[in-house]
Amino acid sequence: MKLWHEIMENLRIALESVRTNKLRSFLATLGIVIGVFTATLMATAITGLGKAFENSISAIGSDVIYIQRFNWGPSEKWWKVRARRPISLVQARRLAERVAPPATVSYESGMGGTVKYLDRTASNVIIMGNVAASAEVRGLSVQEGRFLSEAEVDGERPVCVLGHDLAERLFPYESGLGAWVKVNDRRYQVVGTLEKMGEFIFANLDFQVIIPVTRMIADFTREPDLTIAVKTGDAAALDEVQEELRWIMRTVRGIDPGEEDDFSVNNQNALLDMFGKFTAVIGTAGLSMTGLALLVGGIGIMNVMFVSVTERTREIGVRKALGAKRRAILSQFLMEAAVICLLGGVAALALAWPVTLVMQKWLPATISPSIAMIALAVSAATGLIAGFLPAWRAARLNPVDALRSE
Amino acid sequence: MSLLRIRNIARSYEMGAETVHALRGVSADIEKGEYVAIMGPSGSGKSTLMNLLGCLDSPTSGSYELNGTDVSSLDENALSDIRNREIGFVFQTFNLLPRVSALRNVELPLIYAGIPRDERREAARVALEQVNLSDRMEHRPNEMSGGQRQRVAIARALVNQPSILLADEPTGNLDSTTGTEILGLFHSLWKKGHTIIVVTHEEEVALNARRILRIRDGLLASDEIVK
Repeated sequence: MKLWHEIMENLRIALESVRTNKLRSFLATLGIVIGVFTATLMATAITGLGKAFENSISAIGSDVIYIQRFNWGPSEKWWKVRARRPISLVQARRLAERVAPPATVSYESGMGGTVKYLDRTASNVIIMGNVAASAEVRGLSVQEGRFLSEAEVDGERPVCVLGHDLAERLFPYESGLGAWVKVNDRRYQVVGTLEKMGEFIFANLDFQVIIPVTRMIADFTREPDLTIAVKTGDAAALDEVQEELRWIMRTVRGIDPGEEDDFSVNNQNALLDMFGKFTAVIGTAGLSMTGLALLVGGIGIMNVMFVSVTERTREIGVRKALGAKRRAILSQFLMEAAVICLLGGVAALALAWPVTLVMQKWLPATISPSIAMIALAVSAATGLIAGFLPAWRAARLNPVDALRSE
Repeated sequence: MSLLRIRNIARSYEMGAETVHALRGVSADIEKGEYVAIMGPSGSGKSTLMNLLGCLDSPTSGSYELNGTDVSSLDENALSDIRNREIGFVFQTFNLLPRVSALRNVELPLIYAGIPRDERREAARVALEQVNLSDRMEHRPNEMSGGQRQRVAIARALVNQPSILLADEPTGNLDSTTGTEILGLFHSLWKKGHTIIVVTHEEEVALNARRILRIRDGLLASDEIVK
């Protein structure tokens, strides 16, 4: 109870002191403002990036293995990778034949292009060559009509499925089912449209058109380089299936024992690792920058608190004469330092908030309550640490000397 | 038993290699309800004696009993408690906190005593009424005259109902009219039963008291009852 009164009283004294020394307190806390501001933005940006990345990676699928010419992540030597043979349709088909359920195999190819319908044009469209199983492997949901059938893929039929946004662009008023659109000037009939998938870092998948991969090879790319995607149907068995696929692929590609793989087997873990390293680097850099700013800020606070103690030596003497214990004086000055820093923290959050609003154009970034709480806690802690030495000096003053000071 | 009992109390300071004997051994008893003046020229040791009596400082040797407690060997925190409970200080330069109202100034000792806010307010108000400042409670020190400031300081000294009112040159910074007024206030407080110790070098101030202790060269030179 007694302690509570003291704390409340000291809080009041601290606020009074800050109010009477507005400019000085402001300058003292500037370092804290900068430190907390950068830290808050950094934390917000990293969590925002994380969220965006999560959204994107969910499109990859946690139980999907990708067999490609290229490796995800930075490990292999690029000139070796470049020299690899592309993955052909024949190889993909042979592999698909050897994979047993519950695993599902999709093979696909992608390119960019333009889709037209009457006078409506959509450019920068992702053109995907898929098979019937791709819908399941890629997690695509049909909104209207249906997905590509096996017969259409085998027969190289000129049919297509439109992504959600693309369908809205080309057919804003009417249903597009049955209509003939031009994909890079070749005619395709629309058999279905997809549900909305949402934003991704890498690409806008709602702006894609899906055609049979066989037809894509016939129309556009004589020598395709396919990606084979295998949904294991069991995320736990990822490693086993991955190893099995590697051996199948080696056989299919005719690689002699002892020779290196000339393809890569990827899954989302590689991306997660890469992203983890990336955020760790940003985080470490940000943390050390923040630490430096807070150190400088803390020194500023310490300086101001020393001045404050010197200036108020007589007041300290009077308070002691009236019965203030060391603890009371200590907490008075600690509180003052903490209040100054806390106000700095609040100012930093107030500055960071509009900046995150701007950041939201690119990232799902928001200052979460936990980030705000941590920022304020760090500010107050900096004040307590920086204020300790001056407060300790004040608390240890001899009342007789303090009263005599001018 | 005496309210205040000092026996052969001494205080010396280390000044570099030299030892300065500010007080060389003073003994005295002061009873409850006395009005005592401590007199002496500057450098006589009277300020040192006052600091010891006020528990702001501890003696190098000798004993000091206040209200039955031996305070000569207490640590700083315990001394803070004693000061808070037993002693009301009145300083020459008032020593009010400049940025807060008279009421808040008077409340201060009660804050350190841990008294709840409402009780504190009420006690401070009563103390200010006692020194006839009920109409100045919300004024800050710089909005008041010297006499008024000293009266706020006296109210602050009284608010905890201490055993002793200890005043150090209470009229030193006041003109003679106001000084007389403050001495009048001390007189009426003494009449009400307060124990008052005034440290001064002015004969006129000392003559208001009923007993004068004269200090010279760190020793008690005389102890006389006047009037």
